[in-house]
Amino acid sequence: MTTPSNIAWLLIVTAAVAAVGAWRRWRLWRAGQPASVDWIGGLLAMPRRYLVDVHEVVAREPASARMHVHVAGGLAAILALLVLIYLLDLQSWWLRLALLVAVLMMWRGLRMLVERRRAPPAHLSRGGFQRLPDVLRLLAIGLGVLAVFLVLGNREVGGIVGLALFATLALGMAELAVATWGGPLKHAFAGALHLAFHPRPERFSGEKRSTALKPLDLAAARLGAERPIDFKWNQLLGFDACVQCGRCEQMCPAYAAGQPLNPKKLIQDLVLGFSMTGDDRRYTGSPHPGQAPGDRRGAPTAPIVPELVAPETLWACTTCRACVYECPMMIEHVDAILDMRRHLTLAQGATPAKAVNVLEELRQTDNSGGQDPKARIDWAVDQRLRLMRDVRQADVLLWLGDGAFDRRVQRTLRALFKLLRAAGVDFAVLGEEELDCGDLARRLGDEAAFQSLARRNLAILGRYRFNIIVTADPHAYHSLKNEYPALGGHFRVMHHTGYLAGLQRQGRLKIAASTDARPVSYHDPCYLGRYNGEVAAPRALLGALGVPLKEMARSGLRSRCCGGGGGAAITDVPGKLRIPDMRMEDARAAGAEIVAVACPQCTVMLEGVIGPRPEVRDVAELLAEAVVE
Amino acid sequence: MDEAAGLQVVTLVSVGRHPVTGRARRAPLDARAVELGLRIPGARQVLLHAGDPGAEALREYLGMGVETMHVVRCGPRDDVLPALRAPLRTLRPSLILTGMRAEGAEDSGMVPYLIAQSLGWPIVAQVADVAIGRDGKATVVQALPRGRRREFEVTLPCVLAAGMGAPAPRPSAYARAWRGRMAEASVAPVADARCEGWQESLARPRGKRLRAPRGGSAAARQRAATVVVASGGAVLQPGSPQEAARAILEYLRRAGVR
Repeated sequence: MTTPSNIAWLLIVTAAVAAVGAWRRWRLWRAGQPASVDWIGGLLAMPRRYLVDVHEVVAREPASARMHVHVAGGLAAILALLVLIYLLDLQSWWLRLALLVAVLMMWRGLRMLVERRRAPPAHLSRGGFQRLPDVLRLLAIGLGVLAVFLVLGNREVGGIVGLALFATLALGMAELAVATWGGPLKHAFAGALHLAFHPRPERFSGEKRSTALKPLDLAAARLGAERPIDFKWNQLLGFDACVQCGRCEQMCPAYAAGQPLNPKKLIQDLVLGFSMTGDDRRYTGSPHPGQAPGDRRGAPTAPIVPELVAPETLWACTTCRACVYECPMMIEHVDAILDMRRHLTLAQGATPAKAVNVLEELRQTDNSGGQDPKARIDWAVDQRLRLMRDVRQADVLLWLGDGAFDRRVQRTLRALFKLLRAAGVDFAVLGEEELDCGDLARRLGDEAAFQSLARRNLAILGRYRFNIIVTADPHAYHSLKNEYPALGGHFRVMHHTGYLAGLQRQGRLKIAASTDARPVSYHDPCYLGRYNGEVAAPRALLGALGVPLKEMARSGLRSRCCGGGGGAAITDVPGKLRIPDMRMEDARAAGAEIVAVACPQCTVMLEGVIGPRPEVRDVAELLAEAVVE
Repeated sequence: MDEAAGLQVVTLVSVGRHPVTGRARRAPLDARAVELGLRIPGARQVLLHAGDPGAEALREYLGMGVETMHVVRCGPRDDVLPALRAPLRTLRPSLILTGMRAEGAEDSGMVPYLIAQSLGWPIVAQVADVAIGRDGKATVVQALPRGRRREFEVTLPCVLAAGMGAPAPRPSAYARAWRGRMAEASVAPVADARCEGWQESLARPRGKRLRAPRGGSAAARQRAATVVVASGGAVLQPGSPQEAARAILEYLRRAGVR
């Protein structure tokens, strides 16, 4: 029964069934919008992206990486060897031995997989994923027996043993065949293509970071994603790559707060939407908090909101990018959420009520609070700030941001002025000419307001000569540095912590040791850390102060959001907990008595936590107390 | 079957002015009038404006979901009444909605009344809600001071002027605003003879004279100048939710709100 020709046919049938499934899946993806893709370059870069970039993410959980290297590596080697032995009919004994070794390797990984799946934690999906270790073990047993026979020189196994062996192999191969039809191994097939045709190929090269939103063509017939097929085709491919590992779910601040957003479920909702017509009863992971399986239904050409995805799910996102940073399949959750928000805001005007007021004030007054733009620096009259309008040029253009209207943030800015003066920096501000950078409008989906603000800011910046823009607001920093270039503005931009750390290194800024012995935790702002990779400079400055630094469990690139990004503080979707409360709890757990921050938004969010709680101080404020003038 | 199916609604809109920056925007009360119209199911909606057809702020009304706006070109010193009357004759509305008062121009708040007078139609001011009945009548809720509401029936056609009690206007969507159609109606402008020679200047709030308390010690004068004298009402603290609810109900009854 188990003859070389039968096995060859088994391989051919498996490949054929998989090919038909792949072709069907391909058609579903291609129903999405066109995207410019480097076909050849992408495919050539794919192995490297897999072995280097994906591995870097997976290896943050070493046990998972070990398991996956053994199972996937073993399976890939087995398939290659079976092709060589049975389809190319190579008779080498060494190939047979290699097959046995590959099977043992996979077996080792499978033991880890079985362990992981014994009592699966909440972030893992069940369903087909629970079946997978058993089916793969069956396949491994069959392949192991086959390899032993081969090594012993038996190419044919007859009788009842041969029949049983073939049945085992056929059952195992069926799992591989249905991978392209939506089986639990779909991620291997879709994931490989997603790596090749990724919507943000730049995140695999250079600085390995690509966080700027792409500009939207406001003259397009459709603005943003209304239906599943309104996403670019390679975005749909990306959603399909999801392996439902739930790492995004573990890190999402909105999910932890009990707001109705689970990034993993959102991606699965979208997979459902573009691939079939029906409801989400077959989803076997954690739902969006507050929702039950079967609540969501969709179809490729049906509007996504509210049937497939509830609007609160989209507005709960803080755009902190924790999900994107954790995703081993390199899925771009935040881009997808923004595409859907853009549709809601621009095409339907369906922005949540409080956010609508903010967007209207932004249009009317160029700042989110509806304040008189002429009063932007009235509070700093005692500081005798030099205005760009008067001096025309300066070494540093200090971008104040909309925080300038906030009394709390004004304290931070005063500290920053003091530090810059102590270091003898030649700086000037735009004063009332400065407009909101547009970050908030953009994250709320109002691309029109963002582009209007950005273009007018660019026109103003174009009038003056300066070497560098420095700002204490990571959101403005990100916009000016990463998002304005697409609109034609190329500047050197630094966050105040990075700039001050440079001054301190050069010896221009002298910091005395702090006399305050209270332990400090530094809270990384998402738009500084994950969006721009700057986690060292603020710590270097705190190190110069000599304060006892206690890191929170989640810090640096894996820091937890304060809850204030992406307009989430304004849309204010109800949950069980408040995100800033959870973050303050992180600081308490680390033993901090002072939380050092570097973002006006984080300052306001964390100071909104009811006391008694650790004190919230900007890094600039802590430095200003110890600066030697 | 909607009672209002086929009902022609014309909403008069103007260009507003942001109180802080003075930038052009949709006027808040006119936007509420548009919102009232959009809430009448099945009605045909048209917007009408007398002024500059190039004013971008007008598109904010279209962004609320009305497809067409007729604009009668009109200078800042032209009389808007004859300009509005001509297209109203051809549109033949059953219902004219407008805000109680525009922001800018003469700000007299008279346009709704003058339009109703010239058409010989009834007018209801400070409208908070409207529902169209089967019998060619509209059930109108009027907002009165201190949160009171009055409901009555008006025979169509009529003019309804929306006040701040009307529902908050829906946001203006960018795509709808630019897809909407602006149709320019040509009416010969009539200059408003009365405003010849008028001068416009920004209003300045008149300074409030403080009455300096006399006599007594410095501390007493300080107290007299700073302590706020309670103007009626009672502070219920501590108090159970039941007591609070009873107090609120009692207050509403006294205020005439049931």
